[in-house]
Amino acid sequence: MRKTRIGALAIIGIAALALTACNSGTPTAAPSDGEGTDEGTAWFEVAEDVTLEGSPTFDRISDAGKVVVGVKEDQPGLGYLDVVTKERTGFDIDIARWIAASLGVDEDNIEFVRVDSSAREQSIVNGDIDYYVGTYSITDKRKEQIDFAGPYFVTGQGLLVAADSDIKSVDDLSADTTVCSATGSTPIQNIRTNYPEVKTVEFNGYSDCVEALSSGTVDAVTTDEAILIGYAAQDPDNLKVVGEPFSEERYGVGLAKGDAALQEHINTLFTDGGEIWQAIFDKNLGSSGIDVKQPAVD
Amino acid sequence: MTSVLYDVPGPRAVLRNRLIGVATILVILGLIGFVVYRFAVTGQFSAEKWYVFSFSAVWVQIAEATGRTLAAFAAAGVLAIVLGFVLAIGRLSDHAWVRVPVTAVVEVFRAIPVLVLMLLMYYGLPVVGINVEVYWAVVIPLMVYNGSVLSEVLRAGVEALPRGQGEAAYAIGLRKSGVMAFVLLPQAVRSMLPVIIAQLVVTLKDTALGFIITYPELLAFAKLIGSQGTYGRPILQAGIVAAIIYIGLCLLLSGIAKWVELRLRSSPRVIAAAAAVAPLQREGGTNTQLIVAQREDDVQRQDDQGA
Amino acid sequence: MGVIFNHLPIWGEAISNTLILFFGGGVLALILGTIVGAARVSPIPIARAVGTVYVNTVRNTPLTLVFFFFAFGYPQLGLPAFNFLYLGILALGLYTATYVAEVLRSGINTVPVGQAEAARAIGLPFSQVMGYVVLPQAFRSVVPPLMSVFIALLKNTTVAAGFSVAELGRIRAVMSERGENALVVLLWVAVIFVALVLLLSWLQRTLENRWRIAR
Repeated sequence: MRKTRIGALAIIGIAALALTACNSGTPTAAPSDGEGTDEGTAWFEVAEDVTLEGSPTFDRISDAGKVVVGVKEDQPGLGYLDVVTKERTGFDIDIARWIAASLGVDEDNIEFVRVDSSAREQSIVNGDIDYYVGTYSITDKRKEQIDFAGPYFVTGQGLLVAADSDIKSVDDLSADTTVCSATGSTPIQNIRTNYPEVKTVEFNGYSDCVEALSSGTVDAVTTDEAILIGYAAQDPDNLKVVGEPFSEERYGVGLAKGDAALQEHINTLFTDGGEIWQAIFDKNLGSSGIDVKQPAVD
Repeated sequence: MTSVLYDVPGPRAVLRNRLIGVATILVILGLIGFVVYRFAVTGQFSAEKWYVFSFSAVWVQIAEATGRTLAAFAAAGVLAIVLGFVLAIGRLSDHAWVRVPVTAVVEVFRAIPVLVLMLLMYYGLPVVGINVEVYWAVVIPLMVYNGSVLSEVLRAGVEALPRGQGEAAYAIGLRKSGVMAFVLLPQAVRSMLPVIIAQLVVTLKDTALGFIITYPELLAFAKLIGSQGTYGRPILQAGIVAAIIYIGLCLLLSGIAKWVELRLRSSPRVIAAAAAVAPLQREGGTNTQLIVAQREDDVQRQDDQGA
Repeated sequence: MGVIFNHLPIWGEAISNTLILFFGGGVLALILGTIVGAARVSPIPIARAVGTVYVNTVRNTPLTLVFFFFAFGYPQLGLPAFNFLYLGILALGLYTATYVAEVLRSGINTVPVGQAEAARAIGLPFSQVMGYVVLPQAFRSVVPPLMSVFIALLKNTTVAAGFSVAELGRIRAVMSERGENALVVLLWVAVIFVALVLLLSWLQRTLENRWRIAR
């Protein structure tokens, strides 16, 4: 009995020692995109005394005192959660913060929830989230279940391949190539409709696809170029984005169906907030080399 | 039985066994060595891949995720045991209008995979307007499935008891509920305890299915760590850490099972109960050992009776 | 019903992938499980130890984690790339083999000890004791629990849904992409599984009755 007690104490002691050797702060070599990481929230102020007539979502937000936003967590540059610093960064995240500020909710009262591509419509319809900002392409099919505000970004479907790959564009895809994307996303539907002989692999998230690409299981990852550029930027020695965008994807903010008041509010915010949009874009995606203008809302 | 399958080895057999033993070790080491070599070559042991685990913030989140796994397991385990009792009593009922529906329910829920039940609760029910929080969408299917299996286990335990137990209980005037509650179920539980705890281990393992419906438990968090591009996408490393934690938890639970079994085995009540069901429960013993054990039990009983 | 008939090829692929996972995993589990089961009762201590370690490790690991390693760890090994379906078969086979080994071991224990003693008495070595005397008799009592293991295997094929195999567990995501009612789809999936499991249970009961031994 004594031996086991001493043994247990020894193990606890060693574990405690090991934990003290852990870093408790933020990583010293944290990569940061663009300039002015701390000036982000200074561009827009939290609005005071906001009232929005006829929006059930807004009523719910003001009753709860907080807003629940659906986002992505694994898309660098667009919607990314750093597991160590627990910081959320990205273009979509900042757009979400901007919208929340315009509704009178400040940063501390925003609750970000990760929702995967295949569950987006469901979570909006269920009311689990108030709105969704996460590379959400506007399609007529989705408009049957939910409404969109925006578009706030235009991009196209692209291909991410290994740095030494022969694939130069979507025409190089053939029956021998395997293409990966996320379940429930428009890119995979596009490939299946227009290039049916190409083999497809689907995962829950794009990061799994990128992992499969790195290990050689798939030949290409297809999704919106904006997303692919983020991944290529993280691993430029091994990955590259190729070809011209071969479709048009317009990103919108997903809202509950019929909430015209909120839709109009957000559309006005986008139309009147050109400089803020540009600042958000420069901070998150400015160094990627793509040149996008803010689109006009619908 | 296993010890009677082969003779005490003579010198040639010893040599041959040693050679086969060495060959087995070489094969196993070869396989493990190959895997380790390939991992090293693709840089899985590099410091960069393990860097993310040097932050205490990450370990705190791993602990939180493990906590959520255990929370789902605790609720599912307790509820499954309760449901198991209820369903077992239903299946052993004398009234056909109770027995038949309960049997149908148990058979159906044993046939549907746990994952399909989870998907039904989390993605299917909202279609008809019932929103289920993801925690309950993990716990309720686990409870339902494991409760059904436990009810079968308890039913088998009750039916394995000697008929004399039930008859004696009825003879002293107990009604059906008394017979079940005071005589049959306690003995069934004690004799089936290893199987019950094995089923609890299965419950713990099945909480890992929660990641498919986005319940933020340990495996989901391991995938999140694995997708972090800023830290080199350490997916294999995260998997290894998660595996160590899961195996540790399950081994702990199995260890508790063995300890409980050992403690119970030495309690006099259990010795008598075990003796009563000896012919059917001694799964590890040979017939010879059985005869010896029964003689010991007789001696023990005579001792108890002060003979 | 429209849900199925409008998308017959998708349902067909899903059901066939489920069955491929089941049969492939089952065959692999039987082969590997017999080897491991034999190793656990063999006279070679190393083989017994290896078998015990393997069984205890894999039985205490969630199946999802085993799949996880096959889906993300296997590509690192540099061996020829496998379709995720085959990786799924490997994972299921490896996992279920441990249960098959345990069932075989307890099946061997139900053979009366006199059989093995008599076999030894006439001079048969271990392999012949197992091959001619013990295993054929163990086979009869092994079949019912083995069928239970296979029913569990059938249900475990749904875990492949989380790892990009287009089988029945994943069909909800594919269907909701096409705008179908998720509840109806999932209820149909449940019905299909209940039907398959009832079929296997009926098979189990028939075999049990045919091969029941009066001791």
